[in-house]
Amino acid sequence: MNALNAAGFPLLSLLTFLPLVGGAVIMMIRGPEAAVAANARWTALWTSLIVFALSLVLWFKFDTSSADFQFVEEVAWLPQWGINYKMGVDGISVLFVLLSTALVPLCILASWNSIETRVREFMFSFLVLETMMVGMFAALDFVVFYMFFEGVLIPMYLLIGVWGGPRRVYAAIKFFLYTLAGSVLMLLALLAMWYAAGSTDIPTLMATQFKPAVQTWLFLAFFASFAVKVPMWPVHTWLPDAHVEAPTAGSVILAGVLLKMGAYGFLRFSVPMLPDATAYFAPMIFALSVVAVIYTSLVALAQTDMKKLIAYSSVAHMGVVTIGIFTVNEQGISGALFQMLSHGVVSGALFLCVGVVYDRIHSREIARYGGLADRMPKYALAFMLFSMASVGLPGTAGFVGEFLVLVGAFKVSFWLALLGSMGMILGAAYMLYLYRRVIFGGITRDELKSIMDLSPREIAVFAPLVLLTLWMGIYPSSFTVFWDASVHAMVEKHVAALASTSKLAGVIAP
Amino acid sequence: MLFATAVFAPLLGSLVALLFGKQIGDRAAQAVTIIGMVVAAICGTSAFVALVYGGASPGVITLGTWVSSGDFTVTWALRYDTLSAVMVAMVTFIATLIHIYSVGYMSHEPHGSVWRFFSYLSLFTFAMLMLVTADNLLQLFFGWEGVGLASYLLIGYWYQKPSACAAAIKAFVVNRIGDLGFALGIALIFVVFGTITFDGIFAAVGQHQNDSYSVLGGTFRAYEVIGILLFIGAMGKSAQLGLHVWLPDAMEGPTPVSALIHAATMVTAGVFLMARMSPVLEYAPYAMAFVTFVGASTALFAATVGVVQNDIKRIIAYSTCSQLGYMFIAAGVGAYQASVFHLLTHAFFKALLFLGAGSVIHAMSDEQDIRRMGGIWKKIPLTYAMMWIGSLALAGVFPFAGFYSKDAVLEAAYASHGAFAHYGFWCGILAAFLTAFYSWRLLILTFHGAPRADQHTMDHVHESPLVMTVPLMLLAAGAVLTGFTFAPQLLGEHWQHFWGASIHNGPHNHVLHDMHEVPGWVVALPAVMGLSGIALAYAVYMGMPALPAQMAERFGGLYRFLLNKWYFDELYDRIFVRPTMSLARSLWQVGDATIIDGIPNGVASLTAQGAGRVVKVQTGSIAHYAFAMLIGVVVLVSIYLIIR
Repeated sequence: MNALNAAGFPLLSLLTFLPLVGGAVIMMIRGPEAAVAANARWTALWTSLIVFALSLVLWFKFDTSSADFQFVEEVAWLPQWGINYKMGVDGISVLFVLLSTALVPLCILASWNSIETRVREFMFSFLVLETMMVGMFAALDFVVFYMFFEGVLIPMYLLIGVWGGPRRVYAAIKFFLYTLAGSVLMLLALLAMWYAAGSTDIPTLMATQFKPAVQTWLFLAFFASFAVKVPMWPVHTWLPDAHVEAPTAGSVILAGVLLKMGAYGFLRFSVPMLPDATAYFAPMIFALSVVAVIYTSLVALAQTDMKKLIAYSSVAHMGVVTIGIFTVNEQGISGALFQMLSHGVVSGALFLCVGVVYDRIHSREIARYGGLADRMPKYALAFMLFSMASVGLPGTAGFVGEFLVLVGAFKVSFWLALLGSMGMILGAAYMLYLYRRVIFGGITRDELKSIMDLSPREIAVFAPLVLLTLWMGIYPSSFTVFWDASVHAMVEKHVAALASTSKLAGVIAP
Repeated sequence: MLFATAVFAPLLGSLVALLFGKQIGDRAAQAVTIIGMVVAAICGTSAFVALVYGGASPGVITLGTWVSSGDFTVTWALRYDTLSAVMVAMVTFIATLIHIYSVGYMSHEPHGSVWRFFSYLSLFTFAMLMLVTADNLLQLFFGWEGVGLASYLLIGYWYQKPSACAAAIKAFVVNRIGDLGFALGIALIFVVFGTITFDGIFAAVGQHQNDSYSVLGGTFRAYEVIGILLFIGAMGKSAQLGLHVWLPDAMEGPTPVSALIHAATMVTAGVFLMARMSPVLEYAPYAMAFVTFVGASTALFAATVGVVQNDIKRIIAYSTCSQLGYMFIAAGVGAYQASVFHLLTHAFFKALLFLGAGSVIHAMSDEQDIRRMGGIWKKIPLTYAMMWIGSLALAGVFPFAGFYSKDAVLEAAYASHGAFAHYGFWCGILAAFLTAFYSWRLLILTFHGAPRADQHTMDHVHESPLVMTVPLMLLAAGAVLTGFTFAPQLLGEHWQHFWGASIHNGPHNHVLHDMHEVPGWVVALPAVMGLSGIALAYAVYMGMPALPAQMAERFGGLYRFLLNKWYFDELYDRIFVRPTMSLARSLWQVGDATIIDGIPNGVASLTAQGAGRVVKVQTGSIAHYAFAMLIGVVVLVSIYLIIR
């Protein structure tokens, strides 16, 4: 074991498995139901807070000047197969570990009162989910990655299926089947890569040159898996259903972290390992992404359910991410990464906003609301900020990623930039339309006349997200600095790989 | 330091009012924001005086890094040059007066809610200040979108009114269409120049003269494409023909907001952008011809609509639209200095007119329809006098401010040869006539004749308190003085001394010189047109009050065409709004629910049927399963080997 990483101890493994330990403790709690619930809540909160505090080591100790993997840990696992337990983060993944550890305590706090049944199991599932997410972003061995990647499905499936809304079983199964179908193909790709490279070590695979024809098939296999997770059009329909039925905290994690898994996969596997296929398939990805942006923005405009609207807006925002990734230039990828982070914060916050009124009125129907500004000024202010961030107002988190992707896309094509940015207009339309129907207008319904503004607990949930949204908007370079070196290296390697392929083609061709 | 204080004092006021307004109350929130504004105005004016008259040197105040990615680096920085200093001084001065006026105007609002209004006003001012002091295009875009947000919040201030909410959304979304063009323009500038800081761009203008860019199936000079894209942004913010539809609706907000939007902040942003980017735009002649064309068309179009409107604020709103057209005529012919000059004088007299209209509305118990006014000039003489001054300035009567700036615009248009410039000149001349006509129509119908309001309203007509009339008088002073004091400095022989390097005129551009050598009739014509417009309005509305109704009946088609604002809203509703909404619904119901979900659900039912058969294979024996898996692996590996 190589324990001599920057932290001086196996930090990433600790971050990954500490939640599991917390979960185990929770499952051992015995006693009367109310006591169990309270203990489970507090244990989960403390566990996640400690994990978050530990993860801050990454923020302070990560060497931003290096494009290499850091905090690396490696233990031989199945040496005869070339498979090791290997963890580590680079600029691409480090902030997603932090995003995961930051969102989990907020989610636990947000579920404090809204989850009333099987609290212990809920908190356990949530901590297991945290283990899977952190492990997924930190894994540096394909097999380890695959296990975490698939492992995420199980607690999420339970969260939707057990604590979800009326159609939770349909939504949970749809979610499971869609994402699993893609994953099977990724398993095939894994086998093929292992077969070709003799190792499942991700840095090794990145250095391996796969033949262009092989790349094509590998790319398609990865694509099947990641496109569903992103989700890209037209395999996006599981998302609105999953969001609508999931409990608030589930939606937050789903939008905040799980949607990033697909895009992360593209960045970790498809682009660096399969440069020729990336270049070959980029136009297809652009086309699908542009359709996603315009199509799902329009669909969002027609929604009558708050959560569905935000879910569709997520698909549109992730379309911007996939455009950025496949431009494979620094602004595009950097913008995509930023958009992933900011979407994690902002859409998570928007789902929390829905959760606030859902807890009070138990409805997500937009038409059931109106005029909340009178009774809930603090809520209205927070909702306005997150709406504006979602719309991409400069000075908020949402702008930076969108604009960098716009610049990156412009380098590829004017049309890609124009069509990919249609979300600027349509996004403004559907978010403001939503805001108007929920917050503005006069209060007409009796049940809204006594609705309460944010409670101190809710303010505690929103305050960090408000600060993050503004911080990311006003001083985004404190985030981009983490991945600048990695992105630069990735783009350079991509350009070099394409050049060598075309040189090779030149040699072979007469 | 002065300059930075001028920019950030309003932000501080706004934040304090926003975060603590509920606790500290309306009075304190008003005090805080107004103090912030007064500090800003003092600092802003001092910074302007120091730069232009005191020999301070222009420079850039860097505040910190903003966005950075690869070679794309943008800082938060304030640019201190004549153009930005003039704008800062004007914006802070006028916004301060509007803040003070609002104390009186909003006094009838329910207590405990007005802090929100003042916070938004200061936010609006801050965003505009960030826009004009930006040192790079992205920060300009920050301010650009910031004024969009603030205008959205203020137009929708009375959020319980559906029409206000609709107008607010319309303003934001229509602006966003322009903003998309602007954002693309910024991206293209980055692709061409490799930087988006102004110094970087301007230094490299010479090197990229002949760069080309292919779009829409043709290859154009990159500068032309940049010019068009930036102007699309300007069209949105400055309400030019096509993207003007939000501006008249924006009067749904409280009247001080209209004054702020129409005078100091927001709509002038597009004109400012043209002046700021003059070093590049100077070399994009076709794009600039397009600017002149759109500006001229807007000037005339909006004036025709203004002639028949009945809402006092709507008339003034269309006059803004029209005057902005003038500014773009001047910018398009390369006389950026003249366009900024008109921007300045217009800011004073338009703020005056709107606040004066607010004073009228205040006096008339919130009546806005001039058909239900009349006969009140003796009751509110001060407001009446102020409206006269504003109208005289707007109509371009000597020696009021508008006379100098409008003449300058039209002289520049005449002096700059070319078909579009002449189109601009004649549109401007016609619009000058119409402007004077509708201004006096407004004055006469509002103040003169027999009272048409009910007795109850008439009994309550009263002059506004000092807190409202003092700002009016200060603005009136500006509407009188800014013309002849600034004309010689901004456009006279020593204009270069005044502007420094902040506005660039190419070596081929002599318009600033030529405009002083136009024939005498060109100089006289705008004033003549203005005076005849006044005379006609006087003759018709004082002499033959029945005539307008007869005319409206006789030319019913034309009248309705103008009254309905050339049917732009209806047209857009038909071709954009409704199709978009029905497309949205069908994509959702048909695209997602039927087609996309139909396939997997179909597969699922197939699988269910298939599963029935598979059940027979399931024997429960592990050996069988293992065998099946082995076959599977063999098949997969073979497939892999074959395709390799």
